[in-house]
Amino acid sequence: MNKVSLEARHISLSYGPTEVLRDINLKIEPGEFFALLGPSGSGKSTLLRLIAGFNQHQRGELLVDGQDITHIPPHARNIGMVFQSYALWPHMTVWDNVAFGLVERRETRDAIRRKVGAALELVGLADYAKRRPGQLSGGQQQRVALARTIVIEPKLLLLDEPLSNLDKNLRVQMRDELKHLQRTLGLTTIFVTHDQEEAMTTADRMAVLDKGVLQQVGPATGLFDFPVNRFVAGFVGTANLLEGRVTGREGGALCFQAEGVGELRLPQAAGAPPSEGATAIAFRPHQVHIRAAGTPGDAARLWLDGTVESTEFLGEVSRYRMRVGRVSLVADEVHYAGEPVLQPGTAVRLGIDPAQVRFLSA
Amino acid sequence: MAGAPAAVRRAGAGWGAWTLAGAVLAFLLAFLLIPVALVVFTAFVDEGGGFTLGHFANFFGQSIFRESFFNSLVVALASVFFASLIAVPLAYLTVRFEFRGALLIQTLGVLPLIMPPFVGAVALQLIFGRNGSVNLLLDQYFGFKIPIMDGLVGVTFVESIHYFPFILLNLVASMRNIDGAMEESAMNLGARGFRLFRRIIFPLAMPGFLAGAALVFVKVFDDLGTPLVMGVTNMLAPQAYLRITSVGIDDPLGYVTSVLMIGFSILALWMAARVMKGKDYATLQKGGGSLQRRRLGGWESVLAYGWIALVLCIVLAPHLGILLMSFAKVWSFSVLPDAYTLEHYASVFENSRQMIGNTLLYCVLAAGLDVLIGTAIAYLILRTTLPARRWLDYLASAALAIPGLVLAIGYLRLFRGVDLPFTDSPVVTSSVLIMLAYAVRRLPYALRSCMAALQQVHISLEEAAQSLGATRWRTVRRVMVPLMVGGMLAGFVTSFITAAVELSATLLLTSSETQAPMSYGIYLYMQSASGRGPGAALGVLAVVVVGLGTWASHRFAERTRTPERATTP
Repeated sequence: MNKVSLEARHISLSYGPTEVLRDINLKIEPGEFFALLGPSGSGKSTLLRLIAGFNQHQRGELLVDGQDITHIPPHARNIGMVFQSYALWPHMTVWDNVAFGLVERRETRDAIRRKVGAALELVGLADYAKRRPGQLSGGQQQRVALARTIVIEPKLLLLDEPLSNLDKNLRVQMRDELKHLQRTLGLTTIFVTHDQEEAMTTADRMAVLDKGVLQQVGPATGLFDFPVNRFVAGFVGTANLLEGRVTGREGGALCFQAEGVGELRLPQAAGAPPSEGATAIAFRPHQVHIRAAGTPGDAARLWLDGTVESTEFLGEVSRYRMRVGRVSLVADEVHYAGEPVLQPGTAVRLGIDPAQVRFLSA
Repeated sequence: MAGAPAAVRRAGAGWGAWTLAGAVLAFLLAFLLIPVALVVFTAFVDEGGGFTLGHFANFFGQSIFRESFFNSLVVALASVFFASLIAVPLAYLTVRFEFRGALLIQTLGVLPLIMPPFVGAVALQLIFGRNGSVNLLLDQYFGFKIPIMDGLVGVTFVESIHYFPFILLNLVASMRNIDGAMEESAMNLGARGFRLFRRIIFPLAMPGFLAGAALVFVKVFDDLGTPLVMGVTNMLAPQAYLRITSVGIDDPLGYVTSVLMIGFSILALWMAARVMKGKDYATLQKGGGSLQRRRLGGWESVLAYGWIALVLCIVLAPHLGILLMSFAKVWSFSVLPDAYTLEHYASVFENSRQMIGNTLLYCVLAAGLDVLIGTAIAYLILRTTLPARRWLDYLASAALAIPGLVLAIGYLRLFRGVDLPFTDSPVVTSSVLIMLAYAVRRLPYALRSCMAALQQVHISLEEAAQSLGATRWRTVRRVMVPLMVGGMLAGFVTSFITAAVELSATLLLTSSETQAPMSYGIYLYMQSASGRGPGAALGVLAVVVVGLGTWASHRFAERTRTPERATTP
């Protein structure tokens, strides 16, 4: 199948005074499985619907394989979209639902029979052709919606929160099926989700959106390890944020004055800070090591004294909320059988690996 | 009752519930089931009391009856067709486009309903009739006339423009329930324009369309007033009426006609329900948007406004006609009346005060009875575990399929020779029967309102009252009824206004002028040329009463909808 690329150039969209998308620049490679990640109201669904042609941007260009498709109406774009609600037509059988797009394309009866059969076979619903959507389970409806979309051999496949209407176990299963199907077909696929785990496990690359602005684009590891700003750090995974300012340099180390904590000395290499002035640092809870109060510190870590505020036992790890100075930090400790969980009020020493600390630009 | 637990907690079936159910059932048996059953029975027995199909053979053996039967069927079907032709584009315009005409269309949907069709028929004669304003103008300037008000064509014309709102309102409601994603996914797969409408939108709105179409069919099939006023007698309802009034209450052919009318009414409603069985197409998801609205393009606006203006002109014609007529001194063979006067109103107030009073009396009593029974049935169904309680609903709703004429014939037959208790006057000549016929015929409307109102009251509100020490009866009085009073009022008003313009049962059951209501009066006036002025004045009064009532019922219904969120946690 012919794989296509998609490129958004300076795309902006507003409803009256409300800016929904602001200067979006994005390139999605042929055959890529790409996720648009963001909280509700971030503009991710708007961007997806814009690609499908249901929303119209006021500025910018939308290119499919280098061709601007801005002025092509939705029915002529040949970009398949699977809706969050599936939008299966209740007055048609599964077969008629899947055949719909082919009928609109005036394909021959033989071709329709062959293609619909193959599509239903592909999603494992060949025996359900005569049923109505209302007689299917959520997962089956999802598959029909998929079959209905891929049967027209679209240039691009768009999935709007494809897993949000399924229960938890089914979600994991469908996630794997989706991934498998995408690899088999090699279709350039874009999917929208608010669930970072879903995006990280399925997509090759993802884009994080907030308030209509593209925050960061990259593979899951890139976004998790090197978040560029506070929003991405907090949205992809859990992060400890310390606000503060860089006050100077001393022999290869940066002095960071953290609000409510005090001065921290960080190695130069850890994501070069812009200059002296206000910024923030971030590190992950599992990179915080917990030691008993009074343990002597060493030069390999940054050591902070704190008190346990609350504990959450999650199974694999115990998650502690610690009071350090005037701020509160989260630390995850891997759990082993028999190991006691620290009680609130316990005084502890926290060790942070400076190599894992990231400076955030915004 | 979204959000209610699967097993709804209900009161048991105590003696109170049984008594209430018994009373409701007795009423429905005495004034609906038995009279109608008697009509059917009479159509199938011979003079000796044995079973026979002879009356039916006799009926279809006479060419006038065959012709009437055929005509009624054709007029009803044609009316459904033309009503759809008016309603479908209007519904589509309202749902699909963003434009100022939407309010106009809503008004359009109510205007025809507030005028009794037989009143409209007279007014339309003056405007579209052979010598009406339009044809006079056409003749004068173009030299031809359009005979649209003649015979069966005329009846179809009047019925179509009177009843199309039933299709419009139902269709708009079901189109509003379609999830926008249904349409977008079709566009995404390559459909657009008319194909999109034909393959996706219309099929999804089908339940609403069929419900409306079936109602139109039934209403037209049963209508007695319009053909009579237009002088068309070769249809079923006029034939039944003429047989009963001229030959007498024992003439079997009147009963055969009645059975055919009931049969086709039930058949139409049953078919609509049957086709749509198990197809709940209300696809709107929680949080989902409905169909996307667009702005009209240049030539689209011209077309849309043109169509709306045309329909509006035709729909307003009867209102305008009746108004002109009520002020006209002389109006014949002229485009507009030659001179104007107020004396028709004066004469109406002088001579017809009793009729107006009668209408108010009968309709208030009937609507009150409807709300009482409707609340009782709603309570029994939603709040008790009485076995087979649903059947009370089915039975009461069945009144929708019974033509007023048939019910009246049933009453006359059933209560023949029975005297009112404690008096010597026979039941059939008393106005009690008129009131009861109104109540039974309008019960389905009030019942729906009461059911909806009670459904919105969450049962936990009543349980809270009981846990604080209120008895069941006091709970009903202090919590349930106050919370559903808006819905009950809406039901009352709907029953009241539709009863106020009922003619078919009225014609048969009115035995003296002192007990005649307004609708009968209008009909009588319209029979003579000199009575047309006062008749029109009375008609205007009826339209005003019904219009005010409709407005009031909308207000009540809206007021109940607002606290809905508060009462359904």
